[in-house]
Amino acid sequence: MIAILDYGSGNLRSAQRAFATASDEVFLTSDFDTAVKADGLVVPGVGAFAACMQGLNAIRGGEIIRKRLELERPTLGICIGMQILFSQGLEHAQSGAHQGVGIWQGEVSKIDAPILPHMGWNTVESAPDSTLFKGIENESFYFVHSYAVKDAPTPNATWTTYGEKFLSAIEDKYVSATQFHPEKSGRAGLALIKNWVKSL
Amino acid sequence: MTLSIRIIPCLDVTQGRVVKGVNFTNLVDAGDPVEMASLYDLEGADELTFLDISASSGNRETTLDVVRRTAEQVFIPLTVGGGIRSVEDVDRLLRAGADKVSINTAAIARPELIAEIADRFGSQVLVLSVDARRARTESGFEVTTHGGRQGTDLDALRWVEKACALGVGEILLNSMDADGTRAGYDIGMITAVRAISKVPLIASGGAGALEDFAHALDVGADALLAASVFHFGMHRISDVKRYLAGQGYSVRMSATK
Repeated sequence: MIAILDYGSGNLRSAQRAFATASDEVFLTSDFDTAVKADGLVVPGVGAFAACMQGLNAIRGGEIIRKRLELERPTLGICIGMQILFSQGLEHAQSGAHQGVGIWQGEVSKIDAPILPHMGWNTVESAPDSTLFKGIENESFYFVHSYAVKDAPTPNATWTTYGEKFLSAIEDKYVSATQFHPEKSGRAGLALIKNWVKSL
Repeated sequence: MTLSIRIIPCLDVTQGRVVKGVNFTNLVDAGDPVEMASLYDLEGADELTFLDISASSGNRETTLDVVRRTAEQVFIPLTVGGGIRSVEDVDRLLRAGADKVSINTAAIARPELIAEIADRFGSQVLVLSVDARRARTESGFEVTTHGGRQGTDLDALRWVEKACALGVGEILLNSMDADGTRAGYDIGMITAVRAISKVPLIASGGAGALEDFAHALDVGADALLAASVFHFGMHRISDVKRYLAGQGYSVRMSATK
């Protein structure tokens, strides 16, 4: 049973369909208990960091994710859904950084590249012990973002370079995340989703 | 490790069917959009674009249905354009399964629409489609509407600058002079727009020979959109990608089947 956290952000239908290729039971929810109980929780996200946090806070999303971590239930963040798992976001930050959920300490800052967003298919330098990238280490994945994390909070980190090197995925026991969109990365993305679902 | 160039087939959709023609005339039925989307995905398309060319708003529901059905089976990014006039139109398309929307005429009529969409959904969902032709404006390029038939006196470069400041995430630059000719992309126009913009640039209009694709990349296009060369079977997407890979461009070649 996989729940996709619905907190008012964008194209959830694609995420639902993509995860349904790997699991018989995939549903959207914004309900606290349902999201805590699911075998796997997917935290998608599009738009700006602060707007995403606002939507997430409205359904006590941060608490859901922390509670799941405590219960040792896996969560997967995607794109901004990865970024908000860090402690601080600098997107549109006027005075001081926006607060994230803070599962990991770290800052989400603008990528140093002449053309932004980083939009399109790029490769990864996957972590040696990666579960997510097993069998698809040399594939490309679809990215759309202008901000990223540049320091790894844990050793199991996967990197991509566009202008500079940034974190494109992280796998930390019960919480994993990808900066790219596996649900939009064709067959390689579906394979990654399958790898995650199998690990649940 | 570099970002790959993108090859994007564009499907003109009306009343739930893909049509093809030259310069928006002599349209013939080219098939079911969902089937064609799947086929292009298999051939290696890096993204898909649907352009709703039906004039009446009564066909919107049909388009939403096409988007929904496509998003159910094709897992690469989908951009939808045509007839988008409001934040609500964008919301409906995103909910149906579109990843990006492209706006054109409505943004010319009311530029604030760009900021409204970007504020609500982020710049990354918003593609500015610019139908431009060579004319006697300041830069020598003029924005047109109605498939290139109507001039606006709006200078294409000034328009791109303004739209970028308002928050578009990507530019789709269509040369109305080159469209349908297969004589090559308008290299001068791509060069000029690249020089003043810092968002990804998709070149469109005029693709014919394989070299044409390379020429547009050489002057700074990040992605290449084409319609007729793919629909009429002149090139397969995989042929274009193989050619470009051979020329040293970074191209996505998936090993996963």
